[in-house]
Amino acid sequence: MSLFEYAPALESTAIVNIADKYNLFINGKFVAPKSRKYFPTINPATGKQLSMIAEAGAADVDLAVTAARNAYVKVWSKMPAAERGKYLFRIARILQERAREFAVLETLDNGKPIRESRDTDIPLVAAHFFYHAGWADKLDHAGLGSTPKPHGVVGQIIPWNFPMLMLAWKVAPALATGNTVVLKPAETTSLTALLFAEVCQQAGLPDGVVNIVTGAGATGAAIVNHPGIDKVAFTGSTDVGKLIATSIAGTKKSATLELGGKAANIVFDDAAIDEAVEGIVNGIFFNQGHVCCAGSRLLVQENIHDEVLEKLKVRMSHLRLGNPLDKNTDIGAINSEAQLAKIKELSAAGDAEGAERWSPPCEVPTDGFWFAPTIFTGVSQTHRIAREEIFGPVLSILTFRTPQEAIEKANNTPYGLSAGVWSEKGSKILWTASKLRAGVVWANTFNKFDPASPFGGYKESGWGREGGRHGLSAYLKASN
Amino acid sequence: MIVDSSESSLKAFLKTLPAVDEVGVTSRAAMLATRSIKTSSKAWAIDTAISMVDLTTLEGADTPGKVRAICAKTVRPDATDLTVPSVGAVCVYNDMVATARAALDSIGGEAIPVAAVATAFPSGRASFAVKAQDTMDAINAGAAEIDMVIDRGAFLSGRYGEVFEEILKIKEICGDKAHLKVILETGELVTLDNVRKASYLAMLAGADFIKTSTGKVTPAATAPVVLVMLEAVRDYYNATKVRIGVKPAGGIRNTKDAIKQLVLVNEVAGSEWLDPALFRIGASALLNDLLLQRMKLRDGYYASPSYVTLD
Amino acid sequence: MANTPTERIDVLKTYKLFIGGAFPRSESGRVYAVKDAKGNHLANPSLASRKDLRDAVVAARAAFNGWSGATAYNRGQILYRMAEMLEGRREQLISEICALEGVTARQAAVQVQESIDLLVWYAGWSDKISTFAGSTNPVSGPYYNFSTPEPMGVVAVFAAAKPSLLNLVGALASVIVSGNTAIVIASEKYPLPAITFAEILATSDLPAGVVNILTGSSTELAPWVASHMDIDAIDASGLTAKQLKEAQIAGAQNLKRIRVHSSIKSAPRILSFTETKTVWHPIGI
Repeated sequence: MSLFEYAPALESTAIVNIADKYNLFINGKFVAPKSRKYFPTINPATGKQLSMIAEAGAADVDLAVTAARNAYVKVWSKMPAAERGKYLFRIARILQERAREFAVLETLDNGKPIRESRDTDIPLVAAHFFYHAGWADKLDHAGLGSTPKPHGVVGQIIPWNFPMLMLAWKVAPALATGNTVVLKPAETTSLTALLFAEVCQQAGLPDGVVNIVTGAGATGAAIVNHPGIDKVAFTGSTDVGKLIATSIAGTKKSATLELGGKAANIVFDDAAIDEAVEGIVNGIFFNQGHVCCAGSRLLVQENIHDEVLEKLKVRMSHLRLGNPLDKNTDIGAINSEAQLAKIKELSAAGDAEGAERWSPPCEVPTDGFWFAPTIFTGVSQTHRIAREEIFGPVLSILTFRTPQEAIEKANNTPYGLSAGVWSEKGSKILWTASKLRAGVVWANTFNKFDPASPFGGYKESGWGREGGRHGLSAYLKASN
Repeated sequence: MIVDSSESSLKAFLKTLPAVDEVGVTSRAAMLATRSIKTSSKAWAIDTAISMVDLTTLEGADTPGKVRAICAKTVRPDATDLTVPSVGAVCVYNDMVATARAALDSIGGEAIPVAAVATAFPSGRASFAVKAQDTMDAINAGAAEIDMVIDRGAFLSGRYGEVFEEILKIKEICGDKAHLKVILETGELVTLDNVRKASYLAMLAGADFIKTSTGKVTPAATAPVVLVMLEAVRDYYNATKVRIGVKPAGGIRNTKDAIKQLVLVNEVAGSEWLDPALFRIGASALLNDLLLQRMKLRDGYYASPSYVTLD
Repeated sequence: MANTPTERIDVLKTYKLFIGGAFPRSESGRVYAVKDAKGNHLANPSLASRKDLRDAVVAARAAFNGWSGATAYNRGQILYRMAEMLEGRREQLISEICALEGVTARQAAVQVQESIDLLVWYAGWSDKISTFAGSTNPVSGPYYNFSTPEPMGVVAVFAAAKPSLLNLVGALASVIVSGNTAIVIASEKYPLPAITFAEILATSDLPAGVVNILTGSSTELAPWVASHMDIDAIDASGLTAKQLKEAQIAGAQNLKRIRVHSSIKSAPRILSFTETKTVWHPIGI
């Protein structure tokens, strides 16, 4: 028991106003679903219901796509690009103004610590809109020819791990490039997307440019398969990504997919060890490990394995798991019962296959969904916990002897989203980065995101990039 | 750790220390600065911080009157509230030690040690004979703690053996009469790699405390610097089972700053260091802000500077 | 203007210089009379001296590290805030432009609108310049090689005279968006919008000294600008051909980069005030 226990420091929820029920946001208004169906959404930290969310059926999706199409044809495609950009600047400013409200709502709905939603998620959201606002009237400088054209109506399906940030990654570039949007947030985390609809209204965004249709897998399929959708953008599991690729085969639809990963975080013996330990922790425990680009495989050079493990355990013993609204919480709730079950199943596999599990002593709350930060040592490449994405706060630790072996093991996966390299030797960092088959390489850092920095994966981690100049090509058809 | 005080042996050892990534350290320090310390933990932190303050006056214009006023403050920081703990120490120039000791003893402050800065503080630019005499004078006058400065010129020009030797010899002079704090003057060392190396030099040479700054140079006790020093004492303990203390000094002006320091100690070195025997804060204006914040917690409304003494 | 006994008397503005975030008068104590297009007296703005220029350069140099070290995102937000502030101050600028340039209120309003939109356009360039102008270069050998544009330093700007506000905004924004700091010598005939714009700068979270604005005679000041060894570049778009040649001669002393632009809305204009740095690093274990 530490001498210095931190008393509860709860962020107030008075700033948010959650309605009992939410409708769909179509053509600039909230409208009841033709399906007449609603489903509950809960706070995963407490298990208590927060609200009821509309479940959009095929007819509702059709209304939304029609609204987006009309808005595209009659308003958005005719609007001068600079004016389009100004709407995005307005949205960015309003998001900055209402930042605290969004952060609290995100934490309530998703279960992530308020410190992360306040200091990482929401600032990045505003930054994405700000950055892309400036591209709207500069597309002739995007490297896609002098007059690239938008696709038209894009269908966007986003995951539950960074609800508002994923919305920004999708909506900002789509709008900046002149497309209109039909977006489906994840069914367990719809509230910030619905609050975003309010921001669109406050910004005076023309009706139908952004439409938010809530629902689960069936709603997503309805969007993907709708003939009025010109392009699909999806972030989620690799399995669903493959389904989408199959569904659009033979159609004129293009797709960008941002899928799973099993990133290797490589620590060489000449790393700045304390900062590497911090990077390991950040790589797998940030956002409870619900991160596609999480550093879920630690590849540590064998000659420093024990030293790094020792420091890692000490560092982990300072992690604070608990109420996500407490400003001092580091590890929040697991987003859903289903996800918790998956994490438990794979961790049990780790035990069964002979890896050694360790967690720091943790007071885990009884209500809600929780999993203590966990490491497995003695992991081999063939273990399920080294190959399959766990999407939770579970780190698999493997070793390597030489840089070539590190590369081999790091690349030995169907995934290829991200990787980490820790070394104080510049040439080794650049060599390693050049050999890694991963779309994002973090050297001496991890989980860093910026609207100007392209993000996306090789192989089964997806198609295309988001962010930066490269990310614009997802939403434009190149001209000469 | 096997190292002798020869130049080559020290150089070789210092080279084996892992590098410090400045961006990573700064980012961790920034995260720890977001810890929100409220209610009961804030009350505990304020009282703990008060007990760790080395109340300092190190001015050319110091007079016996000024020193007596400081001493009265250290014994009774708030005359209207006797539950306020007394501070860690009084810190003065060595020619003021006798005055301070006498003043403290005459008002019931026998338990409060007098710390003296020594070795040609703050620059450290003088012959070793002068530095040694400086130290001896302070101890003879009653100083129970010596805050020495390292020779930064020697350090920055790579003469680690000289830096090491000086600390070793001053420690010998201190013997068991005084504990030795070694001031690294991190603002002049500039890089965190240098802070790590200088911390180790000081610890290996016998420092009881490593201290950030003289308070006469900015930047002084920044969070990244203190974080690296806390890692040094933590790792040194793991290797030798000896706990060495840390003292940030300079730039810690208000309660928020002080509490951030305690959070760093708690989460980097460990709560064993949350004790005046292992952590001190060199400050002057800080004490009044701690008292004001204490009043606010106690009374439930914001306080005014008129209600604390200016000494 | 007829004065009736009950008419309200306007509080007329005093137009001072803008140096280091503050509004001082000229150290010389001089002013000059500015008349409107009809010949009526409008104001007595400061007539800046070479010492005011000297002070402005000191302020601009002091502000350079902070401004060039800020993130591109931060600079972009500040330029956008200038647009917000200008939008709010439209009426005053419209009336100044009308009076000075002798254009209609409609034309003045269009100029102000275009100026606001031009600021927004430049704001959006801030975090895209190095994407646009930087590169990784495929050298032959195991080296990672990249080029990145960097600001030059302190830039003196002689904006073209008319349209006064639009030229001022375009010249200024294209210089500071990449991290340069600036000293603007306002148009001698149409100085008032420049000082009102300085008030907008002062309320846009722009750090002190990043932009400094002097009103006065470009004939008097140009030679001092051209010979000042701590000015890195000049936007000479507002100088006459004769003045330009003199500036090029004097500027050769420290190889000032001297530019003349005809387009106020141009990405190359931004790049013309940047230097390119190329870095090599081996790739290997």
